[in-house]
Amino acid sequence: MKIVVLVKYVPDATGERSFAADGTVDRASSDGLLSELDEYAIEQALQIADERDDVEVVAMTLGPDDAADAIKRSLQMGSSAGIHIIDEAVHGSDALATSALLAEAIKKSAPDLVICGMASTDGTMGVIPAMIAERLGWPAATLGATLSVADDQVTIRRDTDVASLTVEARLPAIVSVTDQSGEARYPSMKGILAAKKKPVESWTLADLGVDAAAVGLDAAWSKVLQTTPRPPKEPGRVVVDEDGAGSAALVEFLAAGKYI
Amino acid sequence: MSEVLIIAEQVDSHPSKPALELLTLARRLGEPVAVVFGETDETVAKTLAEYGATRVLFIADPAFTDYLVAPKAEALAQVAADMDLAAILITSTPEGKEVAGRLAVKLDSGLITDATDIAPDGTTTQSVFAGNWTVTAAATHGVLVVTVKPNAVTPEAAPSELATEQVTVTISDTAKTARIVSSEPKQSSGRPELTEAAVVVSGGRGTGGDFAEIEELADVLGGAVGASRAAVDAGWYPYAYQIGQTGKTVSPQLYIAAGISGAIQHRAGMQTSKAIVAVNKDGEAPIFALADLGVVGDLHKVLNGAIAEIKKRRG
Repeated sequence: MKIVVLVKYVPDATGERSFAADGTVDRASSDGLLSELDEYAIEQALQIADERDDVEVVAMTLGPDDAADAIKRSLQMGSSAGIHIIDEAVHGSDALATSALLAEAIKKSAPDLVICGMASTDGTMGVIPAMIAERLGWPAATLGATLSVADDQVTIRRDTDVASLTVEARLPAIVSVTDQSGEARYPSMKGILAAKKKPVESWTLADLGVDAAAVGLDAAWSKVLQTTPRPPKEPGRVVVDEDGAGSAALVEFLAAGKYI
Repeated sequence: MSEVLIIAEQVDSHPSKPALELLTLARRLGEPVAVVFGETDETVAKTLAEYGATRVLFIADPAFTDYLVAPKAEALAQVAADMDLAAILITSTPEGKEVAGRLAVKLDSGLITDATDIAPDGTTTQSVFAGNWTVTAAATHGVLVVTVKPNAVTPEAAPSELATEQVTVTISDTAKTARIVSSEPKQSSGRPELTEAAVVVSGGRGTGGDFAEIEELADVLGGAVGASRAAVDAGWYPYAYQIGQTGKTVSPQLYIAAGISGAIQHRAGMQTSKAIVAVNKDGEAPIFALADLGVVGDLHKVLNGAIAEIKKRRG
């Protein structure tokens, strides 16, 4: 069984994130790393691999040179191989082009199951798994709080505001898992050493048969017009709670705002 | 004049508040047409017409409840094919975003998610990078497909002639592959919807697992209860109430964070709240940088004292 995990290299959310002049995410000026939410996807793939003997876990990423770090971390955690889709023409691609490229790469890789995180921590759209499924005509069992595979079927539990759903789909299928699916493992020293010997392939647009004119900033069907940093907040009032001063300040604040 | 398609979600057989917000925004762009998934319901249609829907389309098919997402996207694409559309507006829920993504593929159209505003020319506003940046954007191809966050606008009535239609669609086998085999309804908390509430009171690690004062203050203020990821991970409060990057994003009039340090993942879910109050033992907690009022102290003591005083004032 072959599992492809889609992983993304993102700017560190705990650092200063900003935009480049062309309205794309500035990936040069801040440190990047494997999107935390994709670690849950890798973990679920590795758990399936732990239970069976026939599982190959391939980490696939789409991004510039630095994105190799996301593959590296995936391999250190225990994935068997990596695929790095890299091509200058990809810069600035929107969700439509991204999903089209990844759909072609998935076709070429021909897995039984694709596992994704619930969203990237930079774009946070959470639409790529559904859009890939739409393009491939595959079942999409998305936002799983649990994930299990048996025979040729995948099962997830999806929690909505009003119900907890059990969803089944036949393989090949694409799934996404939430941060409720289980803590991701840390790479072991053995895993870190082993990762260096694992195969990583580089694929270009030509390898996928995708026209460069169909991707990138110029082919994006939405355009960023303006990016503005949020003005720093005026410092508020701080009260140290002594002799009920905290409760009094809170009540006064609520009364002033007419909440009580 | 072009039409604007919106999906009107229902809560307890009424249009949801976000559905009325979508209609209010849609009126800026064209003539709003509401789609409701279900059999014709005149009461629902009447409310939608009151808020400006020029037509209300009811689409019923068992596939909408038997399978995830895909059948709804397919139905909308079929409805959209016969219309002259300026935009399609959908509420930013996990399902709404997936429907929007699929529609953008089907219609080969620009996709924008989590908008907090839409201008009459279709320019959208989004709050990104944990609320630290504001981005304006526009679709450049096809019909703008946009998901809009709840609370983006105050619903305004604009009565329109009531016109309902029951529309028939054909759902393909390809859309019927992620089968919902069971559905366990969740118990309602009886409090306002977290994403729609005017007041949210949230508890974190500092509660030590005791949400009694958090819930009581929320009830006193008529608000909703939220929780930080730390509190949810500890099993103290259900995931459905998690606020932050991997939970809900809220933008209430007032957000009270109690025992929450304010990690970036949490700030991503509440930074755009109009007023913020933080109660935390640690005066160095990053949440204080966002707070209009910060109280350094024990949250149980501070909240209990405040609840007692509010009750006293109300007699």
